[in-house]
Amino acid sequence: MTTVYVPRDSAARSVGADQVAAAFEAAGPSVTVVRNGSRGMLWLEPLVEVGTPAGRVGYGSVAPADVPTILAGEAESIGVVDEFPWLASQQRVTFARMGRTDPLSLDDYLAHGGMAGLRKARTMTPAEVVAEVTESGLRGRGGAGFPAGIKWKTVLECAGDLKFICCNADEGDSGTYADRMVLEGDPFMLIEGMAIAAYAVGAAEGYIYIRSEYPDGIATMLSAIRIAAEEGWLDGFRLEVRVGGGAYICGEETSMLESLEGKRGMVRAKPPIPAFEGLFGRPTVINNVLTLATVPTILANGAAAYQELGVERSRGTQVFQLGGNIARGGIVETAFGITLGELVEGYGGGTRSGRPVRAVQVGGPLGAYLPASRFGLPMDYEAFAKAGAMVGHGGIVVFDASVDMAAQARFAFEFCAAESCGKCTPCRVGAVRGVEVIDRIRTGVDRDENLAVLEDLCELMTDGSLCAMGGLTPMPVRSALTHFPDDFEARRP
Amino acid sequence: MNLLPEVPMPEPDRPRRKRREAAAPSPASLVDPAIAAPVRAAVAACREQRGNLIPILHEIQRTLGHVPDDAVPVLAEELNLSRAEVHGVITFYHDFRSMPTVGHQVRVCRGEACQAVGAEALFASVPGAEQVFCLGNCALGPSAQVDGRLYGRMDAARLRGMLS
Repeated sequence: MTTVYVPRDSAARSVGADQVAAAFEAAGPSVTVVRNGSRGMLWLEPLVEVGTPAGRVGYGSVAPADVPTILAGEAESIGVVDEFPWLASQQRVTFARMGRTDPLSLDDYLAHGGMAGLRKARTMTPAEVVAEVTESGLRGRGGAGFPAGIKWKTVLECAGDLKFICCNADEGDSGTYADRMVLEGDPFMLIEGMAIAAYAVGAAEGYIYIRSEYPDGIATMLSAIRIAAEEGWLDGFRLEVRVGGGAYICGEETSMLESLEGKRGMVRAKPPIPAFEGLFGRPTVINNVLTLATVPTILANGAAAYQELGVERSRGTQVFQLGGNIARGGIVETAFGITLGELVEGYGGGTRSGRPVRAVQVGGPLGAYLPASRFGLPMDYEAFAKAGAMVGHGGIVVFDASVDMAAQARFAFEFCAAESCGKCTPCRVGAVRGVEVIDRIRTGVDRDENLAVLEDLCELMTDGSLCAMGGLTPMPVRSALTHFPDDFEARRP
Repeated sequence: MNLLPEVPMPEPDRPRRKRREAAAPSPASLVDPAIAAPVRAAVAACREQRGNLIPILHEIQRTLGHVPDDAVPVLAEELNLSRAEVHGVITFYHDFRSMPTVGHQVRVCRGEACQAVGAEALFASVPGAEQVFCLGNCALGPSAQVDGRLYGRMDAARLRGMLS
């Protein structure tokens, strides 16, 4: 009897995991196939694991034709997966279970530490739970890095019997996929985190707003909620999945609230903050998937254990996501403070194309482009802010020497123009003007004057936009201009 | 006490305008039942949900393959919204199509991570492909979605082969 693990994660499926699983299933009754989550070593997908007395042995980039040699024990393996240095050297906290379990198996979940956080929380008062989260130093993993405990405390102290927990799973930023992996690979963890949040602030209803681009995540989450409800885990907490409509801006929290209310995803002016007046005007906790998913382990192991990790005011771990032109792309969860270079060159192994790394965009489409000369920067919210960049949600996109940074700056505006909600003028009009100005600079039309206009436009959008969409679009633009000025020289036809 | 003398109103010299409310049929009632019925069914299916317009629109698109313009007056009547509000919501979201798709639905990711491995050339090489910004497969780009199914490490020849 052999147990074979073939991930059901959509990244693994995108490179043939289903066909590999089918080939193992066809191998006969002596083979049991488990569809586990992904370990996050995405460059090795489909990564097949075979149970042995020594541990689960991994085989990378498996094709259906490799199945007989793997079952015969003749294929080349990467060794025991838990001991594979790329994985073993990480500090996996939020992603501790990822890839080890069948995401929809309750037994697996409980056997790997699941539910310990919620059980612990229910022995404490709501105020104690909030205090524990505050003490852990957990900051919002969606990008803004706002302390989660403070948000919770605000909602806890609000009067009223109708409060909401909203999980922002509208992971629209290019270069990020950790939320998707939680939805698909460890959904009970998110449910547990939301149940803890609901208990802590006194909310009776919760929503998980998932982008429609993640059909596998939606399906897994729906199944997991049904299973958890049948098990009686939710204890009266009503949890619902909402599917987005393909609008990037709905990842902005107030726009997400509008969408949840059935409206156009137009950004709201703040104040009032959603903690006071959120969904349907009621006090609302809005947290990112990773933030809520990290709560169970904080409760289970205590705030101190989490707080010990990290540097300065960036406590705990961050789930870094390596993507783009990278040799070894995937999830690196480790304490804050690791340098950008250790992630890109160390874990990532440089570019997939083999050419030198020229630029790295950190924190999504609204994050800064940094050159290889800044690889010494530690991953720390404040250190990055000081360098004119942002850690954001920890997405890291690598570009090789062939990248045209003026084209990337133009794309930042093009993207903003396509996805702006249109409510405020700096974003709605500024993005369109930005594309035009960069086109004039690149073709050498009044170059100096247009560079001045570009700077002026960036300043206006930063200061005058309602939300981060318009407010941060200048960040990739300005960083490209600062670090790669040569690319903005006029192109001779 | 009336200080002003009463002035008799002149008799109207033409008949009063007909009351429209009584006679004109509602816009929703004019919609082809082949559309109105599934739209009303979608509303009924989501009746228990708060702020349910987006789930309703997804349900309509699931059953009809698109959200036809004629769904607007029916939804407005069912949800007590103006037709303008319903139209505004439908057109805000990229997902909702007013026409059914013909053939395969192909979406090519144009996010930065996929651009770093040649997504712009891939997108340009497949006529009729829609753009999408990120499919969450950023380590295995370029990515494309064909009829809802995600594919990584895509290239133009393979994608064109899947469509032919």
